[in-house]
Amino acid sequence: MSAYKIIDHEYDVVVLGAGGSGLRAAVGLSEAGLKTACVSKVFPTRSHTSAAQGGISAALGNMGEDDWRWHMYDTVKGADWLGDQDSIEYLCKEAPAAVLELEKYGVPFSRTEEGKIYQRPFGGMTKNYGNETVQRTCAAADRTGHAILHTLYGQALKHNTEFFIEYFALDLIMKDGACKGIIAWNLNDGTIHRFRSHTTIIATGGYGKVYYSATSAHTCTGDGNAMALRAGLPLQDMEFVQFHPTGIYGHGTLISEGVRGEGGYLVNSKGERFMERYAPKAKDLASRDVVSRSIAVEINEGRGIGKEQDHVHLHIDHLDPKVIDERLPGISEASKLFANVDVTKEPIPVVPTVHYNMGGIPTNYKAEVLTLNGSEKTVPGLMAIGEAACVSVHGANRLGSNSLIDLVVFGRAAAKRAAELVKPGMKHDEIDKNETDRCLDRFDKLRNSEGSNPTSELRLSMQKTMQSKCAVFRTEKTLKEGVDEIRKPYDGMDSLSVKDKSLIFNTDLVETLEFDNLIRQAITTMDSAYHRKESRGAHAREDFPKRDDENYMQHTLSWCNGSKTKINYRPVHRSTLTNDVQYFPPQERVY
Amino acid sequence: MVQLNLPANSKVEKGQYYKDKTGSKNIRKINIYRWDPSKNENPRLDTYEVDMDNCSSKVLDVLNKIKNEIDPSIAYRRSCAHGVCGSCAMNMNGKNGLACTKAHSELDGDIDIYPLPHLKVLKDLIGDLTTLYKQYESVEPWLKTSKVNDKENIQSKDDRAKLDGLYECIMCACCSTSCPSYWWNGEKYLGPAVLLQAYRWIIDSRDEDRKERLKKVADELKLYRCHTILNCTNACPKGLNPAKAIAEIKKMLATA
Repeated sequence: MSAYKIIDHEYDVVVLGAGGSGLRAAVGLSEAGLKTACVSKVFPTRSHTSAAQGGISAALGNMGEDDWRWHMYDTVKGADWLGDQDSIEYLCKEAPAAVLELEKYGVPFSRTEEGKIYQRPFGGMTKNYGNETVQRTCAAADRTGHAILHTLYGQALKHNTEFFIEYFALDLIMKDGACKGIIAWNLNDGTIHRFRSHTTIIATGGYGKVYYSATSAHTCTGDGNAMALRAGLPLQDMEFVQFHPTGIYGHGTLISEGVRGEGGYLVNSKGERFMERYAPKAKDLASRDVVSRSIAVEINEGRGIGKEQDHVHLHIDHLDPKVIDERLPGISEASKLFANVDVTKEPIPVVPTVHYNMGGIPTNYKAEVLTLNGSEKTVPGLMAIGEAACVSVHGANRLGSNSLIDLVVFGRAAAKRAAELVKPGMKHDEIDKNETDRCLDRFDKLRNSEGSNPTSELRLSMQKTMQSKCAVFRTEKTLKEGVDEIRKPYDGMDSLSVKDKSLIFNTDLVETLEFDNLIRQAITTMDSAYHRKESRGAHAREDFPKRDDENYMQHTLSWCNGSKTKINYRPVHRSTLTNDVQYFPPQERVY
Repeated sequence: MVQLNLPANSKVEKGQYYKDKTGSKNIRKINIYRWDPSKNENPRLDTYEVDMDNCSSKVLDVLNKIKNEIDPSIAYRRSCAHGVCGSCAMNMNGKNGLACTKAHSELDGDIDIYPLPHLKVLKDLIGDLTTLYKQYESVEPWLKTSKVNDKENIQSKDDRAKLDGLYECIMCACCSTSCPSYWWNGEKYLGPAVLLQAYRWIIDSRDEDRKERLKKVADELKLYRCHTILNCTNACPKGLNPAKAIAEIKKMLATA
């Protein structure tokens, strides 16, 4: 191995990732007086939070009566009872304060006539425990994520957070089961950096890019999840992959659920508003897994639109152009750019598209990472937040606008918890040289790959396998084939080809490291899906169409070493955090 | 004496030619600026023949196709692929834009792809935006309010509407790097992107620091190097109007 120049840093806390959750954590940590580094492979405002459109949920009650308990019920039901209700209580109860805080930070929320934060209807969000639609999703037009991300970056600047931008994180530094920091590669000058920290907070987002067609950015490669796997930690509920009902056909660009919230509706080739048949009450505003499955059934039964009958139409052409202009301007722009559609005159062609990972690094509601060692144990020095984490508040299916609130509520919780655990200036442990060597060995080996398989080919093979074998509907047969097939691109790494050997902005190597991260998550996703023999939320098994609470009210945990996985389970938390609300026992889930 | 010739090592040389291997009948030549900091060589323009029958509609799709299928060593930033993250700003056939929203069918002839103009190049199409980010920081892009109650600020719909056309900025730097004044005085002149951001906070009805903010930008170099060339507005891939934002700041200062 060639010698790498290593630069050492010591911080009280290191935040890995600078999207919504990472920035919110960094702000809280800086406020608490902790020396904080925020490390990101992209400039903060390039993070994928910027792509969130419709809004952020919180029972503010600005547009009619609301209660955080109703929000909690909706989230429990949306999660198909796989969510931990203590964490869901925390999320929904803390949500209003978290949104008001964002407003105080300067987020340019849209406004009501009285000048309060505007809220719109969203899928699965109801009044009085499932009775009628409520307007709970706080919006900045249809650019809410963008507005929040830029505002949070401003707050981080205000608090003088130290950023390490365009640093690609390689691995966690572990010692006796505790996390002691991270190692990262500075793309700007090619140096290797070792950050020692008392707490490391993983906020690296989802891994949508394991699929061929996803609303996710190119950078959504779940780097932190893979770092956890390589550190011998499990990922949780990886089989639960959300397909957003409305990605633009052929391109995958997201069309916000806010479109249906504002009155948009879906039709099939017969011009039928088919959602009325699948969800008589909620119709087009049923939760995402339900709408995506309904679209898939329409297409499978020959009522899809187009030459290939492989998509459906989303109409907003009946809405007042002024409303579209004020509340959905980004959608108009995206539809024009990627579908050549004028939304005031024509429908948007849409198809269910991979959008969100409910699964990730298991944590409790304080954002501390969990593992299973006999029973649930926290991993000292390690936290996870945002899409990278599986708290689990989204369970088997996330409700729209619950992800942005997850980012800020748990970003804040992580900072709070870290401030309890870490005192400024505490002394750092010695770290084992082996940890650095192990990390740089892998880096060096990948960098010097002289084989015949380009990363792009292996990645494509992985994406096609995930797309065909682990889709909206799954069966024993497709998953069994998937379990075998998904290991082929992994094995292909034995003869990997990396052409660029340089160290400065070597994006050939970045994509290879990202692929190495993705493939481990693809394998755990496929294997977790294969082992869950029931249908729940986003995991729909045609051969096991019913939810099986007897056997599967459990979180899947999957460890991955090379291409070998180990699957185990931990029970869903069946209690609330406080007596402010009662546990919601499992019910049949109808919309 | 002023040196009128560019330094010898800045001359862009003819680079490699990658011939099509697919046998496609629908070939387009893509010329891409290449420069590797680890080699002591001049920048060069590599040419790739690309099979357009099997390529999606945007310039970013062309770049991804080249990187995936022909030459993995090309370096460029990209992320969201639908015009919200601002990563893939570059110069295409002489005009700045986002590669992910620019349709290649809108470009004539061979496509020439360069990094954003007048930035220090880090590698290939990746420019150094550090100065711009520092300037952004200098306008203190956060809300300044003395209110500490636990309710939201009330803002009328009309006041909120004043932020439209401003808060949407994705900081891609297409505008600033198209501005001759910014090319010339980029260290001192804040440039259109940052001035638009400055105006976004100046005009926010919730902010209590308007006077100070105005005072801070009211500077011969920071603000008044804008000579209303309007390249910025012409370049903005989001359809925003930084020139108008700058004019509004000047107007506020003139009438204050």
